[in-house]
Amino acid sequence: MPQLSDIVVQNEKETRGGFGEGIYEAGKRNPKVVALTADLAGSLKLGPFIKDFPERFVQVGIAEANMMGIAAGLTIGGYIPYTTTFANFSTGRVYDQIRQSIAYSHKNVKICASHAGLTLGEDGATHQILEDIGLMKMLPGMTVIVPCDFNQTKAATMAIADYEGPVYLRFGRPKWPNFTAEDGSDFVIGKAQLLAEGTDVSIFACGHLVWKAIEAARTLQAEGIAAEVINIHTIKPLDSEAIIASISKTGCAVTAEEHNVLGGLGDSVAQVAARNKPVPIEFVGTNDTFGESGKPADLLKKYGLDAPNIVAAAKKAIARK
Amino acid sequence: MVNGSNAFKMTSKELKLKSVEYRKKILKYILQAKAGHTGGSLSATDILNVLYNDVLNVSPENFASPDRDRYVQSKGHCVEALFVVLADQGFFPEEELNTLCKYQSHYIGHPTRKVKGVEQNTGALGHGLPICVGTAIAAKLDNKAYRVFTLMGDGELPEGSNWEAALSAAHYKLDNLCAIIDKNSLQITAATSDVMNTDPLDEKWKAFGWAVKEVNGNDIEELRTAFNSLPFEKGKPSVIIAHTTKGKGVSFMENELKWHHGVPSKEQYEQAMEELDAERINLERLSN
Repeated sequence: MPQLSDIVVQNEKETRGGFGEGIYEAGKRNPKVVALTADLAGSLKLGPFIKDFPERFVQVGIAEANMMGIAAGLTIGGYIPYTTTFANFSTGRVYDQIRQSIAYSHKNVKICASHAGLTLGEDGATHQILEDIGLMKMLPGMTVIVPCDFNQTKAATMAIADYEGPVYLRFGRPKWPNFTAEDGSDFVIGKAQLLAEGTDVSIFACGHLVWKAIEAARTLQAEGIAAEVINIHTIKPLDSEAIIASISKTGCAVTAEEHNVLGGLGDSVAQVAARNKPVPIEFVGTNDTFGESGKPADLLKKYGLDAPNIVAAAKKAIARK
Repeated sequence: MVNGSNAFKMTSKELKLKSVEYRKKILKYILQAKAGHTGGSLSATDILNVLYNDVLNVSPENFASPDRDRYVQSKGHCVEALFVVLADQGFFPEEELNTLCKYQSHYIGHPTRKVKGVEQNTGALGHGLPICVGTAIAAKLDNKAYRVFTLMGDGELPEGSNWEAALSAAHYKLDNLCAIIDKNSLQITAATSDVMNTDPLDEKWKAFGWAVKEVNGNDIEELRTAFNSLPFEKGKPSVIIAHTTKGKGVSFMENELKWHHGVPSKEQYEQAMEELDAERINLERLSN
């Protein structure tokens, strides 16, 4: 079984860079993969794709609603469109286009969203969406994937090309510890990733906070508490079996996400627990607030999304058992 | 003429008779369902008639073919006209429309792909044109000759997504794309020019890089002539501004706001049938 000591950081890389490499590989393997952008090709690292597959790149300008409609229309021709912009403009700005033109017709569109959450940093609240996981998971038939590092983002970007139906793929801007398998072999859509086995508390995390969960588990381990760390990279469809198995063993849980605690991963885990195995759960995430400008590390600390917050939440959950 | 020297599939007289038949059926099913968008379905009847009987390379037999033309009805609320025309084309038995708007029916108040012949779910306005831009780009990528059509209402034009799509269609030189605007000049609240004026429409589309033709959208010959000269200009998307009459064909429904989604009483229905039958008899007397 996996242990905390097995986890080795290979380097620090941006998850959006994993997207850029992933879409290039997907485009190379599948001539139906098309990249669209609303003027953010550089931010989403589309350079290599555009260079080698210029005919399969559609620049739509700063017109996200139109980008979603065009993507829906491209699927009628059998293409696999990947839309690219920041998470905020990938979701909230164009919710009706996604709902009506994409989700309702179960169109094979891949909505790829960078700069999600607080760690976008300096641009501040207008760009730091903390509600997008909720918006997307509520849509019938929408798959929601939040990979944890560069390698996993690359693997997910490639995997969704072969996965029929609309997908929301959420990743971020900053350099972040990169520790999952380089070849992506440990990533399967819809299958939770057990990173470290434990018996005292289950920590379910997604995205950047998976690394914070690992840091927290190491601190807990030093204090004699065995935390189980599970990466819920696919928030929908949720791997309920893995969640039930873990909380049946540990008897309590913490969820950790770079997202509002209303509507995110925590809600999904709590619903599984309430239906199958009610246990105490603590929620680490932003608490019904907008973000602000700052360095990612400072913002995570201020908004209570850092490793010490996960440690405290774990102890609280254990105490409530 | 279609494809140069080929003859039209139907004569103008036959098409005009079709329009009368379609209007009678639209009203029949709206009466039965006690729901529907009467005025807009009647204004768009002639456009749908010419599209499906004279223009589109779409049939129940070729609906799975990647080479078929694509039609997306952006003004989804006028679904009764679309369903009646699709039934007539043989996509499904017309009796199925007896379930229109009923519980558990696929024939709901807006187009859905659960109904054979419907290309895209629509209903929220301002969605059809962006989708059609995407499909027209796909055709160009695949070097396919199929064409992409969308029918829009003039009332939906204030939706900004339409103008985003209009820009991109011209930018990508989508001369395989044709938008038809059913300009019946009324919407749910009032005259379109009072709710949010979009005139002069021709100048707006020209400024956005489109080739524009204006026709009487309730005139079969004018519609045929326009459709058969597509694309209006090589390298440009085409738009047909079809000036129509809301409630067309029934005297007391024409240009009357309340018929936007008004449902006729039994007496009103019978009067409408009398008027449409009289039109049919007049048409039958004419030579081809």
